[in-house]
Amino acid sequence: MKIVVAFKQVIARDSLLRLSADARWVDETDAAYEINEADAYALEAGLQLKEKHGGEVVALCAGPDRVSKAIREALAKGADRAVHIVLEHPERLDSLATARLLAEAVRREGPDLLLTGLQSDDIGAGQTGVVAAELLGWPHVTLVMGIEPANGGLRVRRELEGGWFQYVETPLPAVLTIQSGITRLRYATLMGIKRARSKEVKRIEAAELAPQNETAVLIVRLREAEKTKQTEILDGPPAEAAAKLVEKLKFEARVL
Amino acid sequence: MSVLAVMEERGDGWHPASLEALAAAQQLAALGGVKASAAVLGKDPAPRASEAAKYDLDRVYAVSHALLEPYTADAFTAALEQAIGRLGPEYVVFAHTYRTRDFAPKLAARLGRPLVSDVTGFRAEDGGVVFIRPVFQGKFVADVQISGGAPRFVSVQAGAFRADSLAPGSAAVETIAVDVSAEAVRTRPGDPFREDAGAVDLTAAERIVAAGRGVKSESDLELIRKLAEALGAEVAASRPVCDAGWLPLSRQVGSSGQTVAPKLYIAVGISGAIQHLVGMKGSKVIVAINKDPGAPIFEVADYGIVGDLYEVVPAIIEALGRG
Repeated sequence: MKIVVAFKQVIARDSLLRLSADARWVDETDAAYEINEADAYALEAGLQLKEKHGGEVVALCAGPDRVSKAIREALAKGADRAVHIVLEHPERLDSLATARLLAEAVRREGPDLLLTGLQSDDIGAGQTGVVAAELLGWPHVTLVMGIEPANGGLRVRRELEGGWFQYVETPLPAVLTIQSGITRLRYATLMGIKRARSKEVKRIEAAELAPQNETAVLIVRLREAEKTKQTEILDGPPAEAAAKLVEKLKFEARVL
Repeated sequence: MSVLAVMEERGDGWHPASLEALAAAQQLAALGGVKASAAVLGKDPAPRASEAAKYDLDRVYAVSHALLEPYTADAFTAALEQAIGRLGPEYVVFAHTYRTRDFAPKLAARLGRPLVSDVTGFRAEDGGVVFIRPVFQGKFVADVQISGGAPRFVSVQAGAFRADSLAPGSAAVETIAVDVSAEAVRTRPGDPFREDAGAVDLTAAERIVAAGRGVKSESDLELIRKLAEALGAEVAASRPVCDAGWLPLSRQVGSSGQTVAPKLYIAVGISGAIQHLVGMKGSKVIVAINKDPGAPIFEVADYGIVGDLYEVVPAIIEALGRG
């Protein structure tokens, strides 16, 4: 099976974030980056499928030169080669515009399967994989927790709300969006890191993939999340605080 | 302005977030001085459409086709593409549920239009509408605008709008027949199943008592269960408690668990990491019990008790008993 894994490089999760001068994004000076969490699981799922059933894993990432580090990491973990869509400001594209780039790059590769994470840790729209499937004309399954070949296609375990799951069968080619925690993530080995240096990374300019790639969702500004609540601290010894709380819940909040 | 809310059922009723989305649609329509409409999809959507017609809406559309059950993204996209083509709404509003995440981006892309997902609010600005949504996992919020023409797609976060703000009324129901071909439906969904027998739908709970790292052992969860019982509440937990195997994953609240918005959420021994907060901050009334007065859970709490949960929780159970 030929598999493309599309991933995003995002600012590392525990970073201290400040707004940029124009407040349309965050200040990326000295930022540390990592592969977006859900995408790291998509890569892992792709590598495991290849190990079990054979084939090839192509890593696909759009972004400026800094994403080379994420691409090298994917190659070191076991991706066979990579495609780097050179794109200066990925944060200025909406999901549709991002998916146009990815879908065109995928179309040129012609794989059986496109895997990507459920959503990104920065913008978090949770749409790119599904939109790419539509642009490719392929079926998709979201919130995927398990993948196995079946009847010439795939049988996929999908998470529903409230602790429910379902199996979904899909023909190939298809797009799956992967939920975090699907399996354990591997680390790159020293051997893997060494091998990664000789693996092919194809660079394609974003403008070449989608010359008229317009974005319709515009970030006007970012703001600190508002604190909408005034916390009332109920003090005193435990019995007194507890009695106050029950009183408040009954007569002030009226939720009992 | 014209606004169409796409409804989602669950079991015998509405998905609770779907009624919130309907409230959001009413408020969005009010910005333009008009009434919203609603679309109900299914094999036989008429009874549910009549239910929706009890709210203050311009019209309720029953979009009917046998292939709409069981749900598939392919069938929903085909049906809504036709319904939207006929109705021409300026805004289409969904609840940001798992189902919406599965088909709404596809539908929007088919029409070449964007979807603004996970919206928590909006306001009129410069002759247009600015939508508010979280970014960086809730560390910031973004004001976003949608350029270009109709339709504009929006999904609203659970807990951001209140279903009890829905204005009642009486709307006309209109049936819309759509064509969906069997070949267009490519995926085959199996029946939903649960992994553990004790799995519970926390999103439907009116009251929740949640345990965190402050609870020291599995047997101490009994204290949490007693408090929940005294309140008629469901028991939930933050990630560490479920990772330890003390409670099943299905009772986890947060970014990797469920997103809940009950009337009452009592967080016991939970510090309030962002991953937990995003799953519960839409609750109507939040109570935090924690020994650390600097714990971030107090930033979202309405009422706080700073103290040892092993003293405070029994005291609350007793106070409830005196009741």
